[in-house]
Amino acid sequence: MARYASVTATPTSRWALAASAVVVVVLAAAPYFVPRSTLQDLLLIFLLVVMAQCWNLLAGFAGLISVGQQAFVGLAGYAVFAGIITLGLDPLLAVVMAVIVVTIIAVPVGMTVMRMQGAYFAVVTWVVAEVFRLLLAQWKTLGGGTGTSLPPAALNRVVGIEWTAAIFGVRNAAAREILVYWIALAAMVAVIAVIYWLLRSRLGLALSAIRDGEVAAESVGIDIWRNKLLAYAIAAAGTAAAGALYFLDIGRISPVSAFSVLDWTAYIIFIVVIGGIGTIEGPILGTIVFVVLRSTLSGYGPWYLIVLGVLGIAVMLVAPKGLWGVFSARTGIHLFPTRRRLEAVAPSLTTEA
Amino acid sequence: VSFINTIIQGALLGGLYALYAVGLALIFGVMRLVNLAHGDFIVLAAFVILGLATAIGLPAPVALVIALPFMFALGWALQRLILNRTLENDLLVPLLVTFGLSIIIQNGLLQLFSADSRRLSLGAIETASFSVGGITLGVVPLLTFACAVLVVLGLSFLFYRTPLGRTLRATSDSLAMVEVMGIDPRKVFAIAMGISFLVIALSAFFMGVRANFDPSAGPARLLYAFEAVVIGGLGSFWGTLIGGIILGIAQTLGGSINPEWQQLAGHLVFLAVILVRPRGLLPKVA
Repeated sequence: MARYASVTATPTSRWALAASAVVVVVLAAAPYFVPRSTLQDLLLIFLLVVMAQCWNLLAGFAGLISVGQQAFVGLAGYAVFAGIITLGLDPLLAVVMAVIVVTIIAVPVGMTVMRMQGAYFAVVTWVVAEVFRLLLAQWKTLGGGTGTSLPPAALNRVVGIEWTAAIFGVRNAAAREILVYWIALAAMVAVIAVIYWLLRSRLGLALSAIRDGEVAAESVGIDIWRNKLLAYAIAAAGTAAAGALYFLDIGRISPVSAFSVLDWTAYIIFIVVIGGIGTIEGPILGTIVFVVLRSTLSGYGPWYLIVLGVLGIAVMLVAPKGLWGVFSARTGIHLFPTRRRLEAVAPSLTTEA
Repeated sequence: VSFINTIIQGALLGGLYALYAVGLALIFGVMRLVNLAHGDFIVLAAFVILGLATAIGLPAPVALVIALPFMFALGWALQRLILNRTLENDLLVPLLVTFGLSIIIQNGLLQLFSADSRRLSLGAIETASFSVGGITLGVVPLLTFACAVLVVLGLSFLFYRTPLGRTLRATSDSLAMVEVMGIDPRKVFAIAMGISFLVIALSAFFMGVRANFDPSAGPARLLYAFEAVVIGGLGSFWGTLIGGIILGIAQTLGGSINPEWQQLAGHLVFLAVILVRPRGLLPKVA
């Protein structure tokens, strides 16, 4: 008599986890052997991956298509600047505070925007982002409509900066960049791990059920609203972490840059769509494609964005599962599988299986 | 008097927002599509009118008349060539395709016309106004409002009194049913988009005459249009007109307290409406 177990892991996925661990160790050691400019490029890649994973959690798993994630990037950026400039916090503490504050704000915001469904939800998230942009443009201490910069003295207060500077034999500015780099790497690993774990947990199962049929999901006792709100708040927290680190790193903020729908939503959507929506691998692959495209096309001004738009539309129409979707459909390879499969488990072989 | 004046100016501004909004409401009503590039198509139409006016030296109203059939054809082709391919899917594909179009249009216009602010010129009428009981009424805002009322009248007539309107309403009610009746919904959708683009051209004309525009002006128009549609509810085009008027009054009142609060006040009234009455003030009764 065969028994069955629900499993998500495969031999490939165990290999992928091991390989990922090696990649993370190499990236963590990168400050020893790569130049500062490469470190900055990698930092931006980490933050894009974080934001893409969060948007993908919403659109690809929870069925919530947001075009207003710039609200959380901008709020987090402003929270960091407020923490450092008006409260005099340690920059890293300000980042932690920013993530907490933004996540708390995201709950009532989520409850408001979720009054609207489907395509309406998308536009309402955009309106909310505009509201925050207009509100923060009124905050005269942080530069009002023109924005402000972080004072260099405040930046050098970062915990561990002297230690890092001594180890690498660099000045304070470079040491700070290395610290922010490490934190961004840690944030990326944490966000991917949390989302991967969530999708394999009850929440993931509930979200797939909701995505595949709301009425059916509700009829088996899934609280649709609560699960979606949870996904919304988690995505807001991750997006806030990316925004906080980005604006700490560049040291300058303005309402226009902080709440840019192009930078924080259009690019992110492009990344997820090209890479493959509804998978963990897609946003990572999409970020790599995006960064390569940008470095080759960035000299062409508006043409670059026209090409991105055309590519995005073409992928949506021809291969809506994106590059990773096409690849895994052809090969059957899933590096980070979230789908549950039933496997027969013979009683005597339980430990072997 | 100054308060009443603010309300009246706001209502007239609301006429412009209603013009932005009815094209969006029409498309959502017929095919459940929220066209995220709606505002960018308004700006595109304004540049088409401007281009005709400056290149051939036509007066702006004549350029508008020439632009109307062109815009209808553009909307029709957009639906036939691109958007009809997206409607089989859930909401993700149509939403993201129109979002991509928005980026393409903004940057295409930026490449062609630069980021400079433009305006459509009407000569002396632009600044003409007259006074009624101490309140100054601009001729152009009044014309805009009158045009919005006429468009709503025209669309209501089209939808409820003509065979085409019956087909559009039937397609909105049940896709499967009209297909059984031998109607190709893709053709109906293309005609609906064409009509939406006619309204887009009209709203572009009044936008360009009333204020400056540049290639990045589209998203704000989309948000105003959307807010007017939601505030009004999806019951009728009259609801959208009322939604536009409420939005216009909210913005003008906010702006009269502090110029920086104009947009904010509109957005906040919109959010208040979705919190209190998420189905709008004049919802559709099934």
